[in-house]
Formats: sequence, structure tokens, C-alpha cells
Amino acid sequence: MAEKLLNWDEVLIGGVIKDPGNSREYETGSWRVERPVWNPDTCIQCMFCWVYCPDSAITVDENGKMTGIDYTYCKGCGICVEQCPTKPKSLKMILEAEAKGKTEEELRKEVFSSEK
Amino acid sequence: MGKKVALTGNEAAAHAIRQINPDVIAAFPITPSTPIPQAVAQFIADGEMDTELVTVESEHSAMSACIGAAAAGGRVMTATSANGYALMWEMLYIASGMRLPIVMAVVARALSSPLNIHGDHSDIMGGRDTGWIQLISENSQEAYDNLIQAVKIAENKDVMTPALVAQDGFNTSHTIEIWELEDDQKVKEFIGEYEPLYPMLNTDEPVTHGAWAPPNWYFEHKMNQLRGLLNAKDVVEKVGKEFGDAFGRYYGLYEAYKLDDAEYVIVAAGSVCGTTKDVVDGLRENGVKAGLLKVRLFRPFPYKELAETLQSAKAIAVLDRVSPAGAQGGPLFTEIRSALYDTPSRAPVINYTYGLGGRDTQPRHISSVFETLKRIVETGKVEKQFDCLNLRGEWR
Ligand code: SF4
Ligand code: SF4
Repeated sequence: MAEKLLNWDEVLIGGVIKDPGNSREYETGSWRVERPVWNPDTCIQCMFCWVYCPDSAITVDENGKMTGIDYTYCKGCGICVEQCPTKPKSLKMILEAEAKGKTEEELRKEVFSSEK
Repeated sequence: MGKKVALTGNEAAAHAIRQINPDVIAAFPITPSTPIPQAVAQFIADGEMDTELVTVESEHSAMSACIGAAAAGGRVMTATSANGYALMWEMLYIASGMRLPIVMAVVARALSSPLNIHGDHSDIMGGRDTGWIQLISENSQEAYDNLIQAVKIAENKDVMTPALVAQDGFNTSHTIEIWELEDDQKVKEFIGEYEPLYPMLNTDEPVTHGAWAPPNWYFEHKMNQLRGLLNAKDVVEKVGKEFGDAFGRYYGLYEAYKLDDAEYVIVAAGSVCGTTKDVVDGLRENGVKAGLLKVRLFRPFPYKELAETLQSAKAIAVLDRVSPAGAQGGPLFTEIRSALYDTPSRAPVINYTYGLGGRDTQPRHISSVFETLKRIVETGKVEKQFDCLNLRGEWR
């Protein structure tokens, strides 16, 4: 979603935002250097990651279950990994470069195979 | 015509605030402006106002609370001085950037160090680039009149910019003068009801105030803000005329005192203008073409209009009640001189710092300035572009 850039005499006075929720237009996923990878097999659905994620990038289904990570907004801060209480952790950070060209399934196997 | 009263400048400001009866005042006491919120608290206790007075733990909090209340949609006022104004610094920029028409009475005072509680313009001149409208008053009457007008100026739809009204600490704030207090109802009618543009308390149209603007937005917002501040110039003139029509005292961007044919001109702002007028009168009686340009609106700076009034001058002295702090001269001097550069006048312009930390400036000091201006015209030579009035020891 490309934002429309307004001229100085078109912007709303005082930087007021009339259409709440427009931070959705700001794709913080572009900042990411590292990314969390999720392991549904060990996840206990405690939702700590969802509570602590500063970008609301933990996705949840209609039953309130964690379903993964929205990489459009996940900026790779690693807070979810820090908070995940399972041993071993159900979220792990990898370098963004290592994720290139791989599906989520492939990444999961690669990251969590040693723990199976 | 109003009722003649004998009250201090602080009381004049407090009565203006009482009549304006803003929704919210958040203030913290600091000399010499303490009597303003103190009197307001009394008015509220006596049932003469229904303003919500928020007592806070610092001036930073005072301005923060004002910003919150103004964003909510309230008409908001406060008062401060010196270090209190300096402590507001961060929030002053936020108030102007958010385009909240807060009106503040500033009783201008020296900044520490050394600690000094007396009058000068260090505070307001330091804050001249915070994006606020700045009106400077000569006496109690103007402190009262300017506060009432400031509400109308700041809240104008083309302006929507906070405004401060300064008066000189102690010279005005603690001096009893005779001035006219207008009828409560007439003042209320003059300022009218405030209609905020995007009140946060309007839950039917939710808005976000104070959001961040990344590099691809910030610049546009700051220039939009500047336009609002610049628009204040015409509105100051318009409101000054409306005020005159309503109350009989007319105001413009400046006051030209015996300036039409003046050859020796002092440019100044604040209470020193009263002293200067007396000296000008004396000189005029002796046939000397002396005059005073009193700057009323300092921000936005009406450079074109001010420069035009100075075209008959053969020599000009600008008085700054603040140290130049390493600049070529005080802020009033540098702006006046810069404004003249685009006009035919090549009259020499000199600068004095005076009155720091409450140092007295008497008629004889002002007379000495006019004598220097005469000598400059006679000899064609400027010996000192910058000097000090009533400083012990010659400045060099
Ligand atoms: S890495 Fe940070 S931004 Fe991404 S999902 Fe975890 S907590 Fe959210
Ligand atoms: S914090 Fe870990 S265990 Fe808890 S829901 Fe998130 S991934 Fe699952």
C-alpha cells in the first residue's frame, strides 16, 4: 500500500491524523535484519509473544490461538524470543539473509531439527 | 469605557484571565509571575471563575498539561517567567507544532546564572524561535489588553498557534498603575466561544494528536506550521483594530511614537518605551527630531512594516534587554538591521544592551543614546556599534 505524499499546504494542521489506524501503512518489516522463526510443535500457546510484540506482528486466529508471524510488520526486535517460556524455545532468531528463498516449512526444519 | 483601577501588571494579567475564564490553567509558581496564578486561584475560590486549575510539579509539567488540555479541545492558559519558561522549552515547540492556541502570560525575567529574579528579556528572547506568537507589553494596560487580544489571535482559524504576552518583571508586574478594566461581559463577547478544530474529546470523530512524522513528512508539517505563524501578522492588525472599536484603545504591529519626521530614532520593546517617550517629548520641545519605534509584535517579526517606519531616520539605536550572547548584536538589533538592508535607508544602526537583571534604565541613559545618535550624524562616524547602558566600566 503506497501512501500518498501531500504538499506542505495540503497536510492536516498540527500533524493531526483523522484516519486512525494508518500506522498499518508503515511497513516496519522492511527494517528487519533478523527474523523469528516459530515452532508450532513445542509452542504451548501461552501468548506471551503476542502480548509483548511491539508491532502486533504475532498473528492470531479466531479462537485466539497463535498462528505465526506477520513478516510485513515484524521488525525483528527479538522480544518475542526473549519472552517465549518453553524449553527449548518455540521462537528462534535467524539472520534475514539465511531466510532468503526458503519457505517457512524449510526454515522450521532447518532451525528446529536438532531439537526434535 | 472601562473602569479606572489602580493595580499591578500581574493583577492586570489575572483580571484578563478571569474575564477570559479559560477551561483549563496548568501553572507552577515562579517569581515575578507567581501573583498571576495566585490571584486566579483566589478568583476560582471566590466563584468568579470556573476554570479547572491544575497545580503541577514543574513548568515542564505545566506546559505538558496545557498541551493535553488544548488537544482535548479546551481553551487553555498559563503564566510563567525566566527559568520556568526555560524549563518549558521542549513543550513550547510541541505546543506550536501541534497548533494548539494556548495563551501564556510571561513576566519577563533574567535567567540564572547568577541567580536573579528581576526583569529583562533573556527568557522570551531565548524562546523567540519556539514557534509562538510573541506580543510585548509596555505597561499594565497593554498586558491586560494584549492578553485579551492574544486569545482571539491565537484561535483564529488561519493562525491556530500559541501566543505569549510578555510584560517586564517588576517594572510592570509589581508596579501599581492606573489602567482601564473593561466590563466582564464585553470582554467575553469580544473573544467569543472557542471552537477547537480537532478536539480529542469528540469521540464521534476520533483523531490522533502528536503522532510522529518521518523524514518524508516532517518538513511539510513544519512549513505548514510556519504559514500559520506568519498568518498571525495580519490577524494581529485586524484584532488590534477590532479591540479599538470595542474598547477605544487601538493596537497595531508596533507603535510609532513621533516617528513621522524623526531623524534620531530608538527602537525598543517593553517598559523602557515609557521612559523613552518622556525623553523624546523633552527633545522635541527643544526642536530635536527624536522618535521611538516600539515593537509590539516580535514573532512573527513584521520586518517590512518596521523597516518602512524607519526611513526618515538618520541614525538608529536598537535597545536589547538581553546579552547578544555572541551574535553581532541583540536579537532586536540583528533583525532590525537585516530588515533595513532591503530598503534605501543606509542610516547607521547601533545596538545597546540595557537593563539586565533589573538594572535601572533612567531618562539620562536614554538621553545619552540620543546624544550618541546626534554625534554619529554630525561626524558621520560610528565609534561603537555595540555598547551597554548603565554598566559599570566602559564596555570594550
Ligand atoms: S521479532 Fe519483534 S516485531 Fe517480530 S514478532 Fe517478535 S516481537 Fe514482534
Ligand atoms: S511465547 Fe512461545 S510458547 Fe508462548 S505462544 Fe509464543 S511461541 Fe508459543
